[in-house]
Amino acid sequence: MAYSSKVLEHYDNPRNVGSFDREDPSVGTGVVGAPECGDVMKLQIKVNASSGLIEEARFKTFGCGSAIASSSLATEWLKGKSLDEALTIRNTEIVEELALPPVKVHCSVLAEDAIKAAVKIIRKNSAIALKD
Amino acid sequence: MPVLPIYMDNNSTTRCDPRVVEAMLPYFTEIYGNAASRNHSFGWQAEEAIDTARDRVAKLIGANGKEIIFTSGATESNNLAIKGVASMYRKKGNHIVTCVTEHKAVLDPCKRLERDGFVVTYLPVDKYGRVSPQQVEEALTDKTILVSLMFANNEIGTVQPIPEIGRICKSKGILFHTDAVQAVGKIPVDVEAMGIDLLSFTAHKLYGPKGVGALYVRRKDPRVRLDAMIDGGGHERGMRSGTLSVPSIVGLGVACDIALREMKEESARLILLRTRLHGGICNRLGYVSLNGHPVERLPGNLNISFEFVEGEGLMMGIKDVAVSSGSACTSASLEPSYVLKALGVGDELAHSSIRFGLGRFTTEAEVDYVIDDVVRAVNHLRDMSPLFEMHKAGIDLSTVQWAAH
Repeated sequence: MAYSSKVLEHYDNPRNVGSFDREDPSVGTGVVGAPECGDVMKLQIKVNASSGLIEEARFKTFGCGSAIASSSLATEWLKGKSLDEALTIRNTEIVEELALPPVKVHCSVLAEDAIKAAVKIIRKNSAIALKD
Repeated sequence: MPVLPIYMDNNSTTRCDPRVVEAMLPYFTEIYGNAASRNHSFGWQAEEAIDTARDRVAKLIGANGKEIIFTSGATESNNLAIKGVASMYRKKGNHIVTCVTEHKAVLDPCKRLERDGFVVTYLPVDKYGRVSPQQVEEALTDKTILVSLMFANNEIGTVQPIPEIGRICKSKGILFHTDAVQAVGKIPVDVEAMGIDLLSFTAHKLYGPKGVGALYVRRKDPRVRLDAMIDGGGHERGMRSGTLSVPSIVGLGVACDIALREMKEESARLILLRTRLHGGICNRLGYVSLNGHPVERLPGNLNISFEFVEGEGLMMGIKDVAVSSGSACTSASLEPSYVLKALGVGDELAHSSIRFGLGRFTTEAEVDYVIDDVVRAVNHLRDMSPLFEMHKAGIDLSTVQWAAH
């Protein structure tokens, strides 16, 4: 089956590829998946300390085109959201937006998991930062 | 600049040679008789065409025309050979020897026989995908009725030591079947010299039409008998009933004839192109490994893993090149290639593999385009690979605790 045009578009022009410094307390890093499963997604969010909003998001993904497109799309959606809003992003929305076929649903699940993992880390980091 | 898209998936199927198509055409509209019609010229002409094709097919594998059974393809040939022998020789024994990297068309019939009370030994392979003759010898018991081992592997191109295995089977009086679908027409195959009793192959892998294949069934020393799967008019010595598809069989015959005449030159040309492709990629990319045997492999097959890059993702990056991947993402099961896993290359590298299948119509210009395209796509994907980033940071990926989903 052919790939959807939206998947191809994100694959050819991935948004926000790159990395932030993991040690930066304003950065939350989520790494999900495993090489032996064929996909690993690293998703990072950088949060503005005063507004509490996600200023920037970056990703690096090892995986098929749908996994790359799912993470690229997720970084776009994350920008400008609060952490609570970020957690409302559902994999089904990614499936719909990218027109992913059933065998690729796990790619969107991975993206949702990566968002959750990144938010969890930043909340832990800022809790530590508050203590200081 | 070659014409795009480029077809480089010739282990999957091949383009029908125009010479084959041309030879087939009259048998649709002019010589359209039933080869089994014995009482008029339409039937005789069709029968004559079948006889010619049968002899051409036989000649390519060193057999006699009377030993060729036409089928719908290699899947049917494998099923007929394995189930047909199992059913016919059941009183003699219930043990079959095969190996883990066989095609599903061999493994699945074996699994069905297991449910039916047969015992099947699946031999493991070495890191190149080879079974040794010693392994085969040690697996044989007094209940063994059949050894079924592929001539050359469809994914990694590894060629098995067929003559040695054939000799062992012969000395023990055990039937030897080989799925030679990737080998016939590409490398020398001789059922006499190699001690083969049953051999499956198909037309569409050697530039013939889809939907037609053959099973070689030895008639002498020993005379192999099979229980038919398809009963009916008693065609093909009663082993495979059904009106023969004359145009397809004519096509198979011509494809075999061309392959026989051109094999030597063509295989040398393909080895050069394959070497050019492999060298061109390795010169410009690091972390590339060959899957399969470096020498004992099909001329046109190159299977390589690109570390830190996922195979299907890479295929998407080389949109104008048709290849295959052992990546799980290309299958519904989400399991990577069982063939690559059997070599012990690790799931990660199995996910990163690409199979390039070069063939009769592959040109040097195409190979050069593919080198450039692959290098560009791999670099692009490594730039966005978290694994490559970790590797560059000095992290040993095998020590990382992954949060697998």
